[in-house]
Amino acid sequence: MTKPVLSIVNLTVEIPTRRGIFKPVEGVSYDIRPGEIRGVVGESGAGKSMTGNAVIGLLDPPARITEGEVWLNGRRIDQLDAEGKRRIRGGEIAMIFQDPLTSLNPLFTVGEQLVETIQLHLGLSATEAQKRAIALLDRVRIPNAKERFHQYPHQFSGGMRQRVVIALALCSEPSVIVADEPTTALDVSIQAQVLDLIKELARERQVGVILVTHDMGVIADTTDQVTVMYEGRVVEQGTTSQILGAPTHAYTKSLIAAVPRPQVKLRRFPQVSYGGRDTAFKIEDLARNWDRSTTSKSGTLLEVKGLTKRFLEKGAILPSHRRYFTAVDDVSFDIKDGEVFGLVGESGSGKSTVARMLATLYPVDGGTVTFDGQEITGMTAKQLSAYRKQIQMIFQDPFSSLNPRMSVGDIVAEPLAHHKLLSRSEVGPRVRELLDRVGLAPDAYRKYPHEFSGGQRQRISIARALATQPRFLICDEPTSALDVSIQAQILNILKDLQEHLGLTMLFISHDLPVVRQMCDRVGVMRQGKLVEVQETSALFERPQSSYTRELLDLMPRLEQLSEKEIADLRT
Amino acid sequence: MTRFFDSDVFYAFRTSPVAICSLVVTVLLVLSAVFAPLIATTNPFDPASLNLMNGFTPPMEPNAFTGERFWLGTDDQGRDVYSTILYGLRISLFVGISAVLLAMVIGIFLGLLSGYVGGWTETIIMRAADVQLTFPSILVAMLIFGVAKGVTPVEYRDQMAIWVLILAIGLSDWVQFARVVRGATLVEKSKDYVAAARLIGRSPLAIMIRHILPNVLSPVLVIATISLALAIIAEATLSFLGVGAPATQPSLGTLIRIGQGFLFSGEWWILAFPACTLLVLALAVNLLGDWLRDALNPRLR
Amino acid sequence: MLSFIVKRVGQSVLVLLVTGLVAFSMFTFVGDPIDNMLGQERTMEDVERLRTQLGLDQPFVVQYVRFLEQAAQGNFGISYRQGRPVAEILMERAPATLELAAVSGILAIVMGIALGVFTAIRRDGVAANLIMSISLIGVSLPTFLIGILLIYLFSVELGWLPSFGRGETVKIGGWSTGFLTESGLKALILPAITLGLYQMTLIMRLVRSEMLEVLRQDYVRFARARGLSNRVVNFRHALKNTMVPVITVIGLQLGSIIAFAIITETVFQWPGVGLLFINAIQFVDIPVMAAYLMLISVMFVAINLLVDILYAMIDPRLRSAS
Repeated sequence: MTKPVLSIVNLTVEIPTRRGIFKPVEGVSYDIRPGEIRGVVGESGAGKSMTGNAVIGLLDPPARITEGEVWLNGRRIDQLDAEGKRRIRGGEIAMIFQDPLTSLNPLFTVGEQLVETIQLHLGLSATEAQKRAIALLDRVRIPNAKERFHQYPHQFSGGMRQRVVIALALCSEPSVIVADEPTTALDVSIQAQVLDLIKELARERQVGVILVTHDMGVIADTTDQVTVMYEGRVVEQGTTSQILGAPTHAYTKSLIAAVPRPQVKLRRFPQVSYGGRDTAFKIEDLARNWDRSTTSKSGTLLEVKGLTKRFLEKGAILPSHRRYFTAVDDVSFDIKDGEVFGLVGESGSGKSTVARMLATLYPVDGGTVTFDGQEITGMTAKQLSAYRKQIQMIFQDPFSSLNPRMSVGDIVAEPLAHHKLLSRSEVGPRVRELLDRVGLAPDAYRKYPHEFSGGQRQRISIARALATQPRFLICDEPTSALDVSIQAQILNILKDLQEHLGLTMLFISHDLPVVRQMCDRVGVMRQGKLVEVQETSALFERPQSSYTRELLDLMPRLEQLSEKEIADLRT
Repeated sequence: MTRFFDSDVFYAFRTSPVAICSLVVTVLLVLSAVFAPLIATTNPFDPASLNLMNGFTPPMEPNAFTGERFWLGTDDQGRDVYSTILYGLRISLFVGISAVLLAMVIGIFLGLLSGYVGGWTETIIMRAADVQLTFPSILVAMLIFGVAKGVTPVEYRDQMAIWVLILAIGLSDWVQFARVVRGATLVEKSKDYVAAARLIGRSPLAIMIRHILPNVLSPVLVIATISLALAIIAEATLSFLGVGAPATQPSLGTLIRIGQGFLFSGEWWILAFPACTLLVLALAVNLLGDWLRDALNPRLR
Repeated sequence: MLSFIVKRVGQSVLVLLVTGLVAFSMFTFVGDPIDNMLGQERTMEDVERLRTQLGLDQPFVVQYVRFLEQAAQGNFGISYRQGRPVAEILMERAPATLELAAVSGILAIVMGIALGVFTAIRRDGVAANLIMSISLIGVSLPTFLIGILLIYLFSVELGWLPSFGRGETVKIGGWSTGFLTESGLKALILPAITLGLYQMTLIMRLVRSEMLEVLRQDYVRFARARGLSNRVVNFRHALKNTMVPVITVIGLQLGSIIAFAIITETVFQWPGVGLLFINAIQFVDIPVMAAYLMLISVMFVAINLLVDILYAMIDPRLRSAS
């Protein structure tokens, strides 16, 4: 085995707070060898990014290293002064951040930023540095590198910008690159390309890469070694095949189990029980007094015909000079009673816009939406109010979907009070009951949203959505902001709602494995158009359009499961 | 209430001597303004209580004719400077606070409206704000004052001066609030809790007041505090220039204007004490605003 | 870029039209010009004749257009108080104000930016904290008090500098300048400091907070992560990004220098347009008020237009937006 380029030994980081000392990283050790990619995986708050920042000396005060050592090419670097650390940063160790949109200075051309970095580290003349910069842009596969050299960051797309960021990281010929969630902000197709590029460059230039991620799929696709972190500590590490194939620690097992599988549909998601987070959801109690009497006559609850939405792109006084962007273009589908209908697509495909039009949050520019035989465009205020009572929505971001200045009790009570479904005195007990059913403690009623975790907030959202006993639930990426273990809980709750309460759902996601698990039928959207609609299993096994096939190919996969494992998971 | 005492903001307050000091000073000054009639030695505007013989008494020294002593001395007409400051403070604070309240109400209303409704409403309001912002607020206040003076009959001018002053400063300052509230409203409007409220069917007015307003109040609080300091200074400036509070109802600025005339002849106290009071007041409020901005801005922590 | 400038010019014209409307409304609704122009002994015929002569019987819009025409030719009528053409009085007074504003503007911008950058970079340093504390006193100290303080110290106590007036001036063409005589320069020192100090503290505090904001951005962190030296990060990457919002505000600040000149001119009895304006307000001399308003709005608009163009030159996102 080759000598490691970077060794982290027993590293501890402390942050003093007013409620005592908090240790986001505690006793972490791992090595990186040349040309090797080490994945550091864990849920949010596990301390994976903090470790990376500590290594390159970019900890924000008051956080500081209190214990441990960091060795780079046989030299101890954690005790260097600020100037010494700066010399190493960007020289021997380079960094790639998560968001390519904010990583580049908007006021300098891409070329200026590259040349500046190359000259600093390699001491080349301006013309040579420029040559080298163009070669680097070419290497990270930016087309027309010569012309794009003179362009500003805002003229590049997200994926292209992340390539520029990678080129910048390579400027100094580093021996280690720390990549902090480098593809999280990107679409799946772009993600795959960027990861491939990182893999290739690591091999070609014998650079050691620390790849920080929360995504098991990325780990499986890209890394050689894996370090699993939980609450600041390393729980398990080893080669990727070892960790994914035969995990030994309970947390790793539960983490892997919770990842939705695209291959086979399971009745429920395996839940992560590690760490004892609450998972209670009392569906039977909820189902007992749920009014299920209403079903639509035709069996089709929602019918969408030729739905179109245009957004003003560039305003002008003269209508003929206005430019529009068609976000949703002639989309038609229907959703049957009690069905879960999925919409998948990459960002900007228009799937959320469809959801918002159905929820009457956006006006419809063309086409019709028919709910239980009634067209929703052109409804009177009274009809609209009745319609709104029957539909509800769960939003993507649990941090913005609850009003931070309202108590949880008030939030859940609002739909009840607005639709005057219950008398004033009945509202309180009903809200407490709902909160209890979705698995929140009784004291939640008086608390405010910021006192809850992301998963708990989604439960509050669900309680609010269920308050009016709706028939149709729109879920817009309900779990994409959540850790995988919490995702499993929330998805199970949604499955329960559908099974026990007979709720009809529109489920929107960019995550194909999740869609496979959740939906009965799926529509694939691309650039505002509906590409195909199929039964879920048919879509995954016999995709009709080339775009769907492409999406399926790009989907990061964990290991191939054996027949026995599938059988295990089924039970 | 316990929630407040446990909050990070209160913790930051408790551990900041500057914040505590400036709040204490501000509260003391406000209290002494409110209770001026009780703690002042004389009512300086009651001609019966004045003795011209007491004029120009230096602080802490006995008057050459009457032998009376005054803490902070007397002015040319024998008015006790300490008492005139208390009454001046009253006018200054009343005008400052009222003007900020007026600006705040107008600004919040127009800001919420333009941020939430958008379209033509927004264009018109924000264009008007832009045009007004082109002109410094002190100048706008002077113009409003000048015009108002022009339309008020001469015999009412002094009486109306205070109200005109409030109107002038208030109208010159709403843009700050409107811009901040609009900006914050645009941010809040795009959040999903607003979508959730719309989905429930709440009316735009209910959403603006019940959902968005509470969430945009913390920047408003910061602006209000800083504006208060600015309004107090603006009032003093206008009064100093002779286009504000009249001599019959002097504010701190008017007192400084009067005092300026005696500075060169050696009666420094007539100017110095009102000036110090004004400085301490403005400084305390400014410090408070500065601290609030840092404490309420989560990015700085 | 071109369309951006055209748009801005359009907005400037709008601003001027609105100010013109305000100024004109002052004429029309505040005080009766007939009252002001004719004495006590007048007949109804006199009033009617003058009304027709002045076009006061015309509709509002017609009168407004006529006012704009006149204003564009520099004709603002006759001062009620001095009985001379307003334009003539303004032209006499303008050089004093412009010289004062220019000197203190340069002082405020140069010192403000330098101190702002310094306090942002040395965020936790003793000197930076001291400057910040002093600046807060500066913000709390009304301009007129600064002026009185300076006069008391340097004129009354020390007797070094004059406490009022402009000193000797030299006429060059129609422009009377105080830059060329010793007494003129001496007389300029105190008013310039008084006027510039407050603006300087504002600019400094603004530069500091904008720069701190920029220093927190990802691209600055990424620049540091690439190993760029503090000097390059602070002065190349951060400073340029800081200047984008700062330039806009500095434009507004320059406008307020002209407004705050009113206060400084009153304290120092500086014979500029500000002093003229404040006297006009006290005596409700509407033509002077209106003319002053129009004059400075032209100046503000010009400054803002300049700032916008500068802004577009710095920010490539605006340049290519068209």
